[in-house]
Formats: sequence, C-alpha cells, structure tokens
Amino acid sequence: MTGAFAAVHAALPTVATAVPTALAETGRTSTAEAVLFWVLAPVMVLAALGLLFARKAVHAALAVVVVMISLAFLYVAQEAPFLGVVQVVVYTGAVMMLFLFVLMLVGVDRSDSLVETIRGQRWIGVLAGAGLGVVLAGVVGRATYPAAQGLVEANADSNPIGIARLVFGEHVLALEVVGCLLVVAALGALVLTHRRRLAPRIGQRELAERRVREGANLAPLPAPGVYARHNAMDVPALDPDGRPLEHSVPRVLRVRGQEADAREYAARIDRVLAGGWANGAGSFTSATGDGPPLGARALARDAAGKDDDRPEDAPGGADAPDEPSAASADAHTADGDELRDEEVRR
Amino acid sequence: MTLTHYLVLAAILFAIGATTVLLRRNAIIVFMGVELMLNSTNLLLVTFARMHGDLTGQVLAFFVMVVAAAEVVVGLGIIVSIFRTRRSASVDDVNLLKS
Repeated sequence: MTGAFAAVHAALPTVATAVPTALAETGRTSTAEAVLFWVLAPVMVLAALGLLFARKAVHAALAVVVVMISLAFLYVAQEAPFLGVVQVVVYTGAVMMLFLFVLMLVGVDRSDSLVETIRGQRWIGVLAGAGLGVVLAGVVGRATYPAAQGLVEANADSNPIGIARLVFGEHVLALEVVGCLLVVAALGALVLTHRRRLAPRIGQRELAERRVREGANLAPLPAPGVYARHNAMDVPALDPDGRPLEHSVPRVLRVRGQEADAREYAARIDRVLAGGWANGAGSFTSATGDGPPLGARALARDAAGKDDDRPEDAPGGADAPDEPSAASADAHTADGDELRDEEVRR
Repeated sequence: MTLTHYLVLAAILFAIGATTVLLRRNAIIVFMGVELMLNSTNLLLVTFARMHGDLTGQVLAFFVMVVAAAEVVVGLGIIVSIFRTRRSASVDDVNLLKS
C-alpha cells in the first residue's frame, strides 16, 4: 500500500512536468487534455440544458450531478486534484444528495406550474439568459490573457500541500471565519426546520391517566376469537354471557366491513345455550371436523355477491341462522344429528 | 486548445444557470441553477490559477465551495419550512409582501 503510494508519488512529478511545460512553452494544452475537454464540455452543456428544461426535479438534479462530476474531471486535468476530490465529495456527495433528499421530502411529482405571474417573463428570461451568455462568452473569449504559466512550480510539493500552505498561512483568518459560518449555518438549518410543539405531548403515562379518569376499560382489548368457536381475526370474542364483543375485532377489519357477522355467532351461542349441546355434542374441544377455512367462506360470499348470503359450502344445508331450519335438518335424514354435532363443533 | 476554452465553457454554464434561475419556478431547481453558477465560477477560478501559476485561485475556489455548502444548508432549510407552512415549493407562491 505504502509502496504503491510512493510509486504514484514518484510518478506524479514527471507527469506534471511533462504536461505543463508544454502549456508554458506553447500556451496550448496537451492533446489528451484537449480530447478530455472536447468530450466533457458538450456533455456538461447538455446536462446543464437538462437542468434548464427537465420537467421533473429529480431529472434536473441528476443532470446537475453529471455537470459536477465532469467539473471534477476538469479540475484534475487542470492540475487541481485536491479540488477535484473536494468537488466529488462535497458537491456531488453531500450537496446534491441533500438536494435529492429535500426533493423527496417536498414531493417528487410536484412539477413546475406553467402559469406566468409576470407576463412575458419567459421570453424576457430567455433573452436575458442568452444575452448574458453571448456577452460573457464574447468578452471572456476575446480578451487577451497573459501567457499561461501552468502550476508546475506551485505544485512542486504536490497540490494539496501547496493549497494547505496558502489556506493555513495567508488565508487562515478566512478559514476561521468560514468555519464559524459553517457552524452558524448548521444551527440555522436546525432552527429553521425545528417545529414548535403546539399541544402538550401525549405519552403513555398521560394516556393511562386519561383512561382512569374517564373510567374507560383499563385492561387491554379482548383478542378476537377468544371464547368464540373460531380462532380467526374476524370473529368477535364472546363475553362471559355469550354476547359478542364488537370491539375485539381489529378496527381495520371493522372499517373494511370484513368482520364476521356478530349476530350469527350470538344466535349460535344462544342455540347452544338453549340445549344444543345437551344432546350429545360433547366434543367442544375437538379441533377436527372444522368447516372450510374462513377465507374460503369469504371468497364464496364474495362470489355470491351478497353480504348477508349464507355460505353454501357449509356441510349440510342446515346451517341457517334461524332456528327452524335446524329442526328441518333434524327431520331430514338420520344423520341430521351428526350435522348438528358438526355445526356445534365449528 | 488553449485555456480560453475553459473560460468560454464556464461562461456558457454560468449563462445556463442564470437562465434557470430566471425561468424555473420550482424553488429547488432555482437553487440548483445557483449552484451551477457557483460551479462555473469555480471552473473560472481554477483556470485562472493555472494561467497565472498561482494557487490562490484554487484556494478561493475552495472557499467558494465551503460557502456554497453553508448556503445550500440554509436555503434548503428555508425551502422546507416554507413548504411546511404553504404546501408549495413554487417561488410564485411566496408573495405575502406583494401589495
């Protein structure tokens, strides 16, 4: 690792001297740099135009990321490897990711409104932008510059060391001030995004105290299916009197209307209490002989299209909510009794 | 290719960033336009540093980056708090001071 680093270090000055001497002598960059520039510059301009024209903000952000990474390449090519790395780390790594984060926070699919509040603003803006571009490019491109010197001497001890000498030497006060600025900015962001609590916080303790004060049910809600004959989520539990407890079914199922009909189970329990299990149905605890699962019953009910339709797949058609049909089932065949057993077991 | 090409590229990027600020209404995209302008200025500074053989330009670009980071933090904080109160990230909706 160290050896490789040293090798790179040793190789760097030779490369650095090879390129900028040409720059200092002829005022022209090397061919490799020219190729890099002519590849990257159109990409950068296209990506910048993508920022200008992209409909979705996320696409604009990605276009800006492309511009910034290309800029990092150009910095490295321009003998500023430290700035190239900082560009990638700070701009593409931190700033643009912060942008994307805020985009997600604010809402991605919120596109620009196309309504002009100032009339003709679009054309004025296009004109002003194009004019600015023409003026800047014209002035910058036609001005006379001193002969390019390159950074060979300045980068003699590698670029980061050269920059560090300046930052911690001449510009140390500016560095301190910038450090203060960063701290203040971080505090400012905290204060800006801080939300003041308008109502007092309601925690578990406050909830418990309110329950006691209101005399509400202190115990947890009963679980569904307890004491009922099904252990399913949509079957209400039965209280000690055999009445179904509506609030034992999860609220989601109740809102969706997917709970089983409580009256049905109440009617059954009434039937059982009326002596249904006195005549031989002693196998309450038996787990065998269960009817088809509730999901299948719900499917069958959906297929029937009516909510109050009794499922047709119950073993024996005697499973009607009203009592008289049970009597008819008795009269049906010899296995009517077995059917009732089956019914009670379910 | 001379160093002037870099300067022209920086000028073009700056103009595109300025046009973005003028034309777009989404506050976040406007902010990205500002970032693009700052970046093109950095390219200019780095190129001038190379032209004059002096690292001070790069130091200045470094400081610009730091200040831009601080600016982004505060600016995005403002955008988020405006969005929270007004449910909008459009610069046109922030017109309480108008008349």
